[in-house]
Amino acid sequence: MERLLNFVYQYRAFFTFLFLELLCAWMIVENNQYQSTKFFNSSNKLAANIIGISQGVREYFSLRMTNSILAEENARLRTQLEKRNQSLYKLEVREIKDPAIINRFEYVSAKVVNNSTNFFKNYITINQGRNAGITPGMAVISSDGAVGKVKSVSDHYSVLISLLNIDENVSSVIKRTHHFGTAKWDGTNPRQINLMYVPRHVKPLVGDTVVTSGYNAIFPEGVLVGVIKEVNLKEEALFYDIKVELAQDFGKLTFVEIVKSNLKHERDSLETKTIGEPK
Amino acid sequence: MSRSGIFSFISFFLYLLVQVLILKKIVLFNTSFCFLYVAFILLLPIEINNLLLMLIAFLLGFSIDIFYDSLGIHAFALVVVAYARNYWLNSITPQGGYDAGEGPTLAVNGFQWFLVYTMPLVFLHHMVLFFIEAGGFSLFWFTMLKVIGSFFFTMTIMVVLQYLSSDNRRRR
Repeated sequence: MERLLNFVYQYRAFFTFLFLELLCAWMIVENNQYQSTKFFNSSNKLAANIIGISQGVREYFSLRMTNSILAEENARLRTQLEKRNQSLYKLEVREIKDPAIINRFEYVSAKVVNNSTNFFKNYITINQGRNAGITPGMAVISSDGAVGKVKSVSDHYSVLISLLNIDENVSSVIKRTHHFGTAKWDGTNPRQINLMYVPRHVKPLVGDTVVTSGYNAIFPEGVLVGVIKEVNLKEEALFYDIKVELAQDFGKLTFVEIVKSNLKHERDSLETKTIGEPK
Repeated sequence: MSRSGIFSFISFFLYLLVQVLILKKIVLFNTSFCFLYVAFILLLPIEINNLLLMLIAFLLGFSIDIFYDSLGIHAFALVVVAYARNYWLNSITPQGGYDAGEGPTLAVNGFQWFLVYTMPLVFLHHMVLFFIEAGGFSLFWFTMLKVIGSFFFTMTIMVVLQYLSSDNRRRR
């Protein structure tokens, strides 16, 4: 026993090293799990406050651009609303009458306080949290397109997994042909993302629009992801290599909207009952 | 707490804030990052206890991780550096040994020695950091590009800061 203790004492530096590294490794693995309500990330109060102050200062330098983006979005939405009003003016027809379906998605607006685009796993911090009804797993979009999913929340802040994260998959559809695939970032270029699992018989073209499919009940259907920039098909490959230029420039992200999907719970439990637990 | 202890305590928070508020936003060519906080561990006094050094490294890495949303990765890389540091310092002791009570700085030990001391450790730190972050070797050359780019960026800033602070020392 004494010899053992002596041994441990003699190599105490090494054992401390080992202990700390195992602790870190455990944290890294824990943190990789998709949804979690963790305390130690930038949604924690002190960290978020510091980042918030620094972002507050930085914001003044981009006010002009933010203003013009918001004004543009306003104009676009107003046009859409007006078109919709005109088309419904005399027609009392509506395909869907169930208010639960019409109010399926609710939107909460939030400001980005922290963002990165250059790591392999990028996260975004926003200034709305549990108090605004946000829970992990909700989708986040911006005026330009899809942004990501909520990973963890605190009372006033949340951390999102950005689309620019090598662990993030989004079920997407090529709008023209209605074939679906999975959009996934490869970790290199923050302006483009890959569309995978589009089978050989499809004929995607450069310039086709890619939107979310709505198959996983997180993202609403038809949120813009990007525009196809490059299509490659290798001789022996089963699927296309498609590169999609992202609609949202993640370097300029300022305001986002969190999508509350009111029917997600119902749909998930139905699917779980039928198909079984998702892995 | 001694005078140098208080000085280190303050600079801990200084390095942390500079890293997460300023340097986090500065990325060159989408690939080169500046992880100046490594310098804090490298510049602590030579005779510091190995265990204490690793604990400090863990705390600093952990705090950085909170802001980078990468729980554990920076802490892991920094503890590796802290562990390797004292062994490396022992094996590159200059003739006549180190001056008692001095930090391993450029002003005391000279430019060449400083490069020999810091380069392998900074490189080690960046290698560990980026390959853990990439989650393997699947993007080997792209990750390597990030490592090398960041290595030169961090080294440049570190050496420049050493020259700036060594002037203060001479005046004192």
